[in-house]
Amino acid sequence: MKVDRRSFLSFVIGGAAGTALSPLPWKLMDDSSIWSQMWPWTPVPPDGEVIYEDTTCSLCPGGCGISVRKVDNRAIKIEGKKGHPINDGGICLLGLSGLQLLYGPTRIKSPMKRMGERGEGKWQKISWKEAATILSEKLGEIRNKGEAHTVAAISGAGGGTVPALLQRLLTAYGSPNFMRMPSQSSAEEPVLKGVFDEEGRLGYDLENADYILSFGSGILDGWGSPVRMFRANSQWKDNKVPVIQIETRLSNSAAQSSRWVAINPGTEADLALGIAAVMISKKMVRSGNISGFRGWKRELLAGYPAEKVSETTGVPVDVIVELAKGFGSAKRPLALYGRGKGVTAGSLREISAITALNALSGNINEEGGLWAVSQADYIRWPKVDTDKIASAGLSQPRYDGAGEDSSGLAQSLIHRIAGNINGEEPYQLQALLVAGANPCHDLPDSQGVNAALSKIPFIVSFSSFNDETAAMADLLMPDHVYLEKYEDVPVCAGLVKQVVGLSKPVVSPQFNTHHLGETLITTAKMMGDTIAGAFPWEDYETCLKETLGNKWDSLMETGVWEDSDVNTVAKKVKPAPLDTKIVTAEGDVNSFPLLLVPYDTIRISSSYIGSTPFMVKTVADTIIKGKDGFVEINPQTAEANGLKEGTIATLTTPRGGARVRIHLVHGIQPGVIAMVRGLGHTAYDGYLADKGVNINDLIGPVEDPSSGLDAAWGIRAKLDKA
Amino acid sequence: MKEQQHEAHVKGEQKQDRPVMRFGMAIDLDKCTGCGSCMVACMSENNVSFREDESNKQDSITWIRVYELTNGKSYPDTEVCYLPRPCQHCEGHDGHSPCVSVCPATATDYSRETGIVSQIYTRCFGCRYCMAACPYHARYFNWWDPIWPEGMEKYLSPNVSPRMRGVVEKCSFCFHRYQSAKDKAYLNGEKRVAEEAYQTACTQACPAGAIVFGDLNNPEHKVHKIVQPDPHNGNKSKNPRAFRLLERLGTNTKVYYMSDREWVRRAGDNYLAHEETGKISKPHH
Repeated sequence: MKVDRRSFLSFVIGGAAGTALSPLPWKLMDDSSIWSQMWPWTPVPPDGEVIYEDTTCSLCPGGCGISVRKVDNRAIKIEGKKGHPINDGGICLLGLSGLQLLYGPTRIKSPMKRMGERGEGKWQKISWKEAATILSEKLGEIRNKGEAHTVAAISGAGGGTVPALLQRLLTAYGSPNFMRMPSQSSAEEPVLKGVFDEEGRLGYDLENADYILSFGSGILDGWGSPVRMFRANSQWKDNKVPVIQIETRLSNSAAQSSRWVAINPGTEADLALGIAAVMISKKMVRSGNISGFRGWKRELLAGYPAEKVSETTGVPVDVIVELAKGFGSAKRPLALYGRGKGVTAGSLREISAITALNALSGNINEEGGLWAVSQADYIRWPKVDTDKIASAGLSQPRYDGAGEDSSGLAQSLIHRIAGNINGEEPYQLQALLVAGANPCHDLPDSQGVNAALSKIPFIVSFSSFNDETAAMADLLMPDHVYLEKYEDVPVCAGLVKQVVGLSKPVVSPQFNTHHLGETLITTAKMMGDTIAGAFPWEDYETCLKETLGNKWDSLMETGVWEDSDVNTVAKKVKPAPLDTKIVTAEGDVNSFPLLLVPYDTIRISSSYIGSTPFMVKTVADTIIKGKDGFVEINPQTAEANGLKEGTIATLTTPRGGARVRIHLVHGIQPGVIAMVRGLGHTAYDGYLADKGVNINDLIGPVEDPSSGLDAAWGIRAKLDKA
Repeated sequence: MKEQQHEAHVKGEQKQDRPVMRFGMAIDLDKCTGCGSCMVACMSENNVSFREDESNKQDSITWIRVYELTNGKSYPDTEVCYLPRPCQHCEGHDGHSPCVSVCPATATDYSRETGIVSQIYTRCFGCRYCMAACPYHARYFNWWDPIWPEGMEKYLSPNVSPRMRGVVEKCSFCFHRYQSAKDKAYLNGEKRVAEEAYQTACTQACPAGAIVFGDLNNPEHKVHKIVQPDPHNGNKSKNPRAFRLLERLGTNTKVYYMSDREWVRRAGDNYLAHEETGKISKPHH
């Protein structure tokens, strides 16, 4: 058949018109939008029965009560528990995103032993029995050589039975080297010992105070029990309580305070003493709860006139006088101590000055004041029966020298570990057990810490997550995460009353992990003799039940036990002599013209628990951009150094260097630069690793000669345009 | 005749039982600490996806986003304030919110029952007109398929459908919570959803208690008492601390912000130099 032009065109046009009039194109368009949306890989979450189960969050020392919403066996949402004494329904972003930790890819899914080189990431899955055998045999071998003291353990910031079991294992085994990561509790030890001359902890009666003077404490940046702090802050706003934030940088806490007093970095102690001197000279002192008051007063008035203090601190004289009047005339004033999240100890000089200020106002152990109370002491186990080897090991000096310095203020001086291992003194460590801690990332001078750990021949990590320290280990014996286990959660974190929460399993263990308490009891039993004898419990749950005694029932019922009837341990403050040494920043001013200070934010986790994907998602693009981290700098300083917003620069300190981007902010003192804590991870997963710089690579410990504690608050630095 | 009267009576009663609601928020910026808990509460409630690099904020999906405002003064007079921004659920003039007016697929609609601006993912075909129309950048496009790392899909909630590549999503005032609260109220024989029975995830989580949520039309609700909306003046708040974002556009939003600080209130709109904060020209319709 011959097709001519005419019939061809009629056919094509007719066909097109026909198709257009048929439902076909519309059907196809509809289908294509359905096809392009209903991909089989878009998950359809299964429905089921909804129930809520309550437990206690232990991701930070705050101890909030949480309610977990479940659909059948899946935990789908964490919410704050209404009516809980700490958070009453409120919750922070770390607590909210706990399920990303529970179900996330950073979990260590079974016990493993290292196959390749250290840090290479080659592991072999093993059974729990094999893992326990490797551990107990290795420990037995070291002990039989009479070197029990060369085994050390690093525990996280939390308290309760599990760290106590680890310490007990070490004692029965024969090592004095139980160390804790720095925390607000460990930072408070020197206050109690050095200033109150007692053991115990601090409580802040924030809700009843009517004038808050915060010496850089991150009220809204993670200091204390964060949700309690947020709630207290809102209460202060409602009651028009003045909140004075003294800080070099406009932190979130400073931004939301009633007044930000900008101060030269590291001069907080001088300002506190200056305020005290004005209070004394204006006769606004309400208490003689200071031992040696007359002599101290005389020296203080002579050494800290407002003009001199103003020169040191950069705070104008009239502001100093105003603060002294405000603090001195308030009914229930309260001064807070501990920069940022309060984890770094600070110098004895600073601790003493701020505590003395509280004492002068007469608020010690008073409503709305500072309380020196005893530690919750519900763990009452019989003393460990040590055999000959253990006694010999325990009589060896501690590896970090804690308790042996003339001051003896701290139970643990973990910042010394890198220096000691690298300097090979006082002896060589043979084995290290790490539980609930990530020293390779979280300790200052992290490069030194990594080098030191690589010299320890045997490292066991009990971490639930693929963190930097687990990557350095030889044996992984992963613990459950908090939503899978029973555990006591004693809460200190600046509360006046004693509070113990109970963590309960909300879901069954997701992977082949074991409760750390269980692992420790099993290991002790495998080692036999007096070590096994120190662990008479059948399993961890029995141990926990027996330890909590009559608290157990109420804990099972309400999830929290509280006691407002606290024992105060001391009232009289003994201030450190006024010539106590000032702790300055490391580095030489000429080669490092700038000053780098770390800062904390609630949106970035800076301890053992890494930030979750949701948390990292909330971080501003002026803190992380791609892989780059930022330093904050005053526009004036930036201009003088030829730096602009977003410029890439090299940041150098006496401890190391890093590539950074520049972020201009007005809220920072010229000459000072600031960088956030908690970034620059190399382990975990792509949601957290390789983002920003770990400030611990750039800063090292600076020991306060008066206490032995790490009191570093900054380091000298320089910025060069890359 | 009697029957008709009866019917009319029933209708009247129904109307009384279910008066028109306008759910909205009052956010106290002087209490907001910028902690970001609202953002994470929202993400975990609403199955919001996440990617390895979320530092390009233009395509980072955050139904509620906390912005940082500054007074621009130099050290040490600098001040900073945080402003959480959910979807503002604009009522516009008689339900003509900017996004609803432009959606060719009726994938987004203004509910006259609740005042909530909805988003129906399966209807959306990704033209993004609504994103262009929204003055608050409250809408986000799924440029990629959402992918949860292995195992993490376990925490996904069945109450909110996970979105797919090519659709727009935004804050729904946790509408699924309203649905379940309504179901519960019905089962209990209650005629209305109680204030505490329906709260958004961000309101519930906020550790500072800075967000108050409820029915702006209901004089019993806390949000109404705080905001005191003036129906004769485009629902402008009678509270001198309160303001809305870009009020002069006439978007008639249902999210009110509060601050004692004048510079913060002034940051809520584009003022000309001579204009007084809070005093803006009326929108034209």
